[in-house]
Amino acid sequence: MSEAKAIDRRDFVKVLGGGILVTVNLGPLTLFNSTAEPAYQGRGYPEDINAYLHIAEDGKVTLYSGKIEMGQGVMTSLCQMAAEDLGVSLDAMHIVMGDTDTCPWDMGTFGSLTTRMFGPAVRAAAAKARLILTDLAAERLGVSRDALSVADGVVYVTRDKARSVTYGALARGQAITHEVDEEAVLRAVKDFSVMGQSPLRMDGVEKVTGAAQYAGDIRLPGMLYARVLRPPAHGASLTRVDTSGAEAIPEVTVVNQEGLVAVLAADPETAERALEAIQAEFDEPAPAVDTESIFQHLVDSSPEPNTPEREGDLEAGRRASARTFDHTYFNSYVAHAPIEPHTAVAEIKDGKATVWSSTQGPFSQQGSIARAIGFEPGNVRVLTPYVGGGFGGKVGGSQVVEAARLAQITGRPVQVAWTRAEEFFYDTFRPAATIRVLSGMDEDGKLTLWDYQVYGAGARGSDVFYDVPNKSVRVYGEWGRAPAGMHPFGVGAWRAPAANSNRFAAEQQIDIMAAAAGRDPLEFRLENTTDPRMLGVLKTIKDASGWQSKAAPARNGSGRGLACGIDAETYVALVAEVTVDSSTGNVTVDRVVCAQDMGVVVNPDGARMQMEGCIAMGLGYVFSEEIRFEGGKILDKNFGTYQLARFSQMPEIETVFVPNDDLPPKGGGEPAIINMGAVVANAIFDATGARLYRLPMTPERVLEAIS
Amino acid sequence: MRSPSREGVDVKETIIFTLNGQPVRLEAEPDRKLLWVLRTDLELTGTKYGCGEGFCGSCTVLVDGLPVRSCLATLDFVQGKDVTTIEGLAAGGELHPLQREFFERGAYQCGYCTPGMIMNAHGLLQENPHPTREEIVQGMENNLCRCSAYKRIVEAIEAYAGAEGGDHV
Repeated sequence: MSEAKAIDRRDFVKVLGGGILVTVNLGPLTLFNSTAEPAYQGRGYPEDINAYLHIAEDGKVTLYSGKIEMGQGVMTSLCQMAAEDLGVSLDAMHIVMGDTDTCPWDMGTFGSLTTRMFGPAVRAAAAKARLILTDLAAERLGVSRDALSVADGVVYVTRDKARSVTYGALARGQAITHEVDEEAVLRAVKDFSVMGQSPLRMDGVEKVTGAAQYAGDIRLPGMLYARVLRPPAHGASLTRVDTSGAEAIPEVTVVNQEGLVAVLAADPETAERALEAIQAEFDEPAPAVDTESIFQHLVDSSPEPNTPEREGDLEAGRRASARTFDHTYFNSYVAHAPIEPHTAVAEIKDGKATVWSSTQGPFSQQGSIARAIGFEPGNVRVLTPYVGGGFGGKVGGSQVVEAARLAQITGRPVQVAWTRAEEFFYDTFRPAATIRVLSGMDEDGKLTLWDYQVYGAGARGSDVFYDVPNKSVRVYGEWGRAPAGMHPFGVGAWRAPAANSNRFAAEQQIDIMAAAAGRDPLEFRLENTTDPRMLGVLKTIKDASGWQSKAAPARNGSGRGLACGIDAETYVALVAEVTVDSSTGNVTVDRVVCAQDMGVVVNPDGARMQMEGCIAMGLGYVFSEEIRFEGGKILDKNFGTYQLARFSQMPEIETVFVPNDDLPPKGGGEPAIINMGAVVANAIFDATGARLYRLPMTPERVLEAIS
Repeated sequence: MRSPSREGVDVKETIIFTLNGQPVRLEAEPDRKLLWVLRTDLELTGTKYGCGEGFCGSCTVLVDGLPVRSCLATLDFVQGKDVTTIEGLAAGGELHPLQREFFERGAYQCGYCTPGMIMNAHGLLQENPHPTREEIVQGMENNLCRCSAYKRIVEAIEAYAGAEGGDHV
C-alpha cells in the first residue's frame, strides 16, 4: 500500500467524522483466482481485494464496497458477513456500494465473485475490527482481551456482564485507520447468528415502494435529456447529416462533434422529436453473415485454439472405444435485456465530473470517462445507484462516456438513457457458438474418449469432470478475446459466460451416450465420475426429484431430463420434467428441481432466489431468445419479437442445498442457469425420442426434430 | 382518441386529473406520454421506462382503478381521471399489504420492474379479488421480469388475495 493511499485514508476518516476505519488488503486477486478475466488486469489499478469498514462515534457501522447491487442481494449478504464477524446485529449495518470516491477499488461485479472473493475480505475486516474494539475495551475496563466477549455491538466482561462498553463509546474520539495484517479468527459456522440466516433484504422496502433510485431517477437542476443519433447497423458510417430540423425546434440543443451527434432538451419527448427531425445518411457494408450462416462462419473465422484440457491420446481413445458419437451443437446470440436500459447522468462542476451510472463496473467506467473528457481519474466520481439488472451486460457501457461528453460540451447536467432499441443494438450479446463433440465409450459404458471443440463461446463450463482417460478441450475464440470479424457485433459476458453453451453440448452428449449404452442417464453419470462433490449433487437430485431409473426414453409425450455442471466453484445438478405437444411443438416445463453444493450458504433464501431466477430466466434462452440479424443490422428491437420467459412458462421449482459447511461460500448467481438448455433437451428426448441440437428450441425446431 | 399533431406549433391545454389522491393541473401538450410527465414534470420516478411500446409493463399505473401502460397513455387520456402510481400505494408510512407480501416473500430482485408488477397486480385484484393461480398468471402475463422472480410474484399475489379477503381498494 503506497504512502499516498495511506494519507488518503486518514483524510477519509476525517471526512467520516472520526471513529474507526478498518481496511483489509487480501492481496492480488490473481492469488485467489487464476482464471480472472485478463481484460480487467494490467490497467495500473491496485489489483487487490479491499474492504473498508467504518465504526462511527454513534456506533453506526458502514461497509464500503466497490461491488454493486443489481438484484443479486449482495447488499444484504455482505452486511450479514460483516455483522457476523464484527459481532453486531444486521440492523446496525449500513452499506455504501459502487462509489468510486469512498469505496475501495473493485474490478467489477461479475463472475459470481462477490461472495466468494470479496466476502473473505469483508469478514477479515470485520473480525479485525472486533479485535481492535476488544483491545480498546480491555484498556477501558482494565481487563485482558481474553476476559471479554462481544454481542450486538457491546463488549462485556464475560464473567460480569454489567461491566460493558458499546462499540460507539469505544469509537468516540478516535481517528484510527487500521489495515489487517494479521490473521483474525473468523466465527465458526456452528457459532453463526447472522450468516446462515435469511433476513429480509435491506433493499426491499425501497424497491416495493418505488423509492429505490436507479441512475435514470437522478434529477439535477437544469438537467437535459439527450438522444444520440445511431447508425442503422454495426459497421455503418455516417456520410451526411442535416440537423437543421432539430435546430428549428425551440429549446433544443444540437451537438455534432467528433462523431457524436446528439440532441438535448428539458424533457425526453422533445429530445426524441428533435432526433426524428435529423436527416442522416449512412454507408452500410453488405451483410456478410446472418442468423443462419453464423455457425459455419464461427468455424471459418476462428483463431488458433486454446487447450485448457489435454490428457491421454485421442487416437488411443478412439481405438479403445466400442462406440463413438459425433455431434455438433449450436447456440445463437442472446441479449442481456435488463429491464433497466443502460443509463447515466453526468454533471461537471468545478473541474470535477460526477456520473451516476447503471453499471457493473464503476471503477472501469471512471477510467473510460476520464480518458474521454481529458480529466484525471481522481476528478471523476462514478456513483452507482441500484442497478436494474445486469447479467454481465452492464460491465461496460458507452452511455457514461456519452453523458459525460455531452455534459462537458453543453455545460449542463445530462442524462443519457438508452431506448429499448438502443439497448438491443449496443448490447454485448452472449456469443453464438458451434460446438463439436466426438466422444466414445467401451463395452461397459465407460468413457474412453472426449474430443471437444467449441467455437465462439469460450472455455467456461467446458471442464471435463467425468473420468475420461483420453480427452481434449479446444476453445476457438474466447468471448472476451475473439478476433475481429468473428462476431458481427459486440459480444460479452452473459450470466455464466460460455457455460450455457458448453453445458448444452456436453450434457446432451453424455445423455446420448447413456441412451446408446442402454443405461439410465443418472446412473451412467454416477458410473463415469469420481468427483465427490459431483457425486453429492447427483445423489441429492436423485432423491429430491424422485428420479426413477429408466434405460430407454418414455416416448409418450412426457419426459424428464438431467444435467449437471460446475460453475463459480459451485456444483449443480438439475432435473426437469416436460410435456411435449407433438402437434404444435410446444414444450411445457412442468417441474424443475435444482440441487446445489455451494459451500457455506450465507443467506439461504437469497441463494434460493438466485437459483429460481436462473431456472426461470434460462427458459427464455431455452425456448425463444435468439437475436436475429443481417450482418451488423440487429432485427430485434423490442420485446415484441425478442421473447423473454414469462409468467405462464413457470414450472414448479424446487431448490435443495447439498450441505457443505467445510467449504467457504462459493458462487450463487450463475450456476443454476448453465444446465437449462441440456436439462430441457434431455427431457424432450425422454418425452419424444428426438434430439435438439440447436438453441433456442422453438416450437418449429421441436416439430422438425420429432417429425 | 387522437391528439393534435406536435409538428409545428405546440398546442398546450389544461390537463386536470387526480394523482395519488391529490389534484393535478398542468398546462401541457395533450399527446405527451403519462410516463414522462410523471417522471419529469411531476417528479415521481417510481414508474419506470422499460420498453416504451407497452411490451414489458414496468411503467404500469392505475387509471380509474385499471392497470394502464403509462408509456402509451397520453395526458388527454387521463384528463379528469384518477391516476395511482406506486408512490400512492403505501399510506402513512405503512406498506400496503400487497407491497408487504412482495417484500416479505422476496418477490423482486433488481426491483426495476417491481413497481409495474405491484401496480398491475393491484389493478387485477380490484377487478377480481380472489383469482385462481391461472387467473393471476394470465393477468400478469405481459409484465416482464428479467431477473425472473415470477414464482415469488405469483406467491405474493396469492398470499395477499388469500389473506385480504374481498376488498382490495
